[in-house]
Amino acid sequence: MTAALSARALEKRYGSTTALAGVDLDVGEGELLGLLGPNGAGKSTLVKIACGLVRPTRGHAEICGAKAGSLEARRRIGYLAELFRFPGWYSADELLVLHQRLAGSDGGEAERTELLELVGLAEARDRRVEAMSKGMQQRLGIAQALVGAPPLLLLDEPTSALDPVGRRTVRQLLEELRRRGTSVLLNSHLLSEIELVCDRVVILLRGEVVTEGSPAELSRPRGIEIETDQGTTIHEGGHEDVPRLVDELVRAGRKVYGVRVLTSTLEDTYLEAVGGETS
Amino acid sequence: MRAIPTIAGYALREALRRKVFLVVLLLTAGFLFLYWLANHYLFRDVGNLGSPSPAIEPRTFAGAFMVGLAMFSTLFLGVVLAIFLTLGVVRGDAERGLLQPLLVRPVARSTLLLARWLGAIAVCTPYVIAVYATAVVITGTAGDWWPDHAVVPAIELAGGVAIVAALSLLGSIFLTSTANGIAIFMLFGAGLVSGLLGSIGHALNSDRLEHWATIIAWAAPFEALYQDGLREITAETVGLTGYLIQLGPFGGANTGGPAVRLWACAYLVVVGLVAALAFSRRDL
Repeated sequence: MTAALSARALEKRYGSTTALAGVDLDVGEGELLGLLGPNGAGKSTLVKIACGLVRPTRGHAEICGAKAGSLEARRRIGYLAELFRFPGWYSADELLVLHQRLAGSDGGEAERTELLELVGLAEARDRRVEAMSKGMQQRLGIAQALVGAPPLLLLDEPTSALDPVGRRTVRQLLEELRRRGTSVLLNSHLLSEIELVCDRVVILLRGEVVTEGSPAELSRPRGIEIETDQGTTIHEGGHEDVPRLVDELVRAGRKVYGVRVLTSTLEDTYLEAVGGETS
Repeated sequence: MRAIPTIAGYALREALRRKVFLVVLLLTAGFLFLYWLANHYLFRDVGNLGSPSPAIEPRTFAGAFMVGLAMFSTLFLGVVLAIFLTLGVVRGDAERGLLQPLLVRPVARSTLLLARWLGAIAVCTPYVIAVYATAVVITGTAGDWWPDHAVVPAIELAGGVAIVAALSLLGSIFLTSTANGIAIFMLFGAGLVSGLLGSIGHALNSDRLEHWATIIAWAAPFEALYQDGLREITAETVGLTGYLIQLGPFGGANTGGPAVRLWACAYLVVVGLVAALAFSRRDL
């Protein structure tokens, strides 16, 4: 099966600065991959190479088997940049018409209606971009990325300007896309968001992949918290040790009120991986 | 190819929305009004002026001078419009985040450049031709003088503006909007100055000045086209009147004709190819 996105030994240098130092990465068909890393880790560069906006110094990237940046590859992607702007004089509907024409989509009005409903902008169809809030523009950006139903969606910080309700809309949208079999590369600083929706997480640091796995794989046991009549204590062990520990405490005459298996959060894993680095 | 009308339409709509277009229209209205006023008084008085020689036709001299002046002003206004419509197409729009959503679509970068150029000249060239034609009609009706050749200069002025738009697009790949605008205006100014120096060289019979003016005119063919257009408006004016017009600032170049026009077309193609190559290698 051809990966939606495949990067091999991907390197990018800007003068003496190395943005990517040999990245291998795959986004499977229908997979939702979260890309994490501190500022300057190379996340946006990786996404831009996949879109064809930046040329790699070495290595190669492919979109559904086509060389990244080629017209064939660009037919198969939808992209929302971290810093984007749409011409203010376009209405939401006109902007989608523009992108339909450029993407060669023959979805017509039905597609536009569906996309605007999907991002919660059905009521703002005729509103000009310049009259929209930043959050509305970001949702419109997601809608334009979905024009032509691309098999791979590249989202660079898609929720940075959204309020909690807007973020939940995007999360629901991502889950809907997963159901439809769309692959998504999600670059975000919001760890909780990535933990909630992504199938797999890749952490980049100084242009290299330092950790990857599913959110569950990246969560390590950190002990068992047991509340008894003598207070709360933390014991070593994992989920499988709970019956034995409870049994031992009961035999010792303790009254057990509650048990909680402690695991590291994605945030713990992230901080451990990047060593507290912020830029 | 379907993308070309789409992006050209996008550029056209952007152009018509910009305030610079309104400013240019207001300036044009002001210019044409002053031009009409100048023609009205000039041709009213020109009959009362005595001619130093019966071989000099004052009406022809005044008419050619006025249309030459109008061509200079038209070229200037057209160039202002062309530069402001194209100065930020690549780097400027990329810095504002406007370009990336378009570039990730299955559209070749060279197609985007071509479409943006077409969008710009779809505004600039009709503008230049309309202003030039209005000026010719004003002079013709006020002074009963018409250029010997009126159509070719209009096309050459439009061609000059199209070349400046292409150079501005090329500059926009490397320079920020402000730096590009300054660079192209300076290039335009240098071209005009070299043309004037060429005229002075011709009047003074200075081969060296004329030689350098010719080189610069070929290196910046918008200037060569403008000079050729000036030459065309009095192409059939002979004798002392023709000679005196040639000595003036709007006399036109000695070089010109089909070779300059062909070179201008080739130059456009070369600028387009260089721009396409540079843009294809640019990280955004």
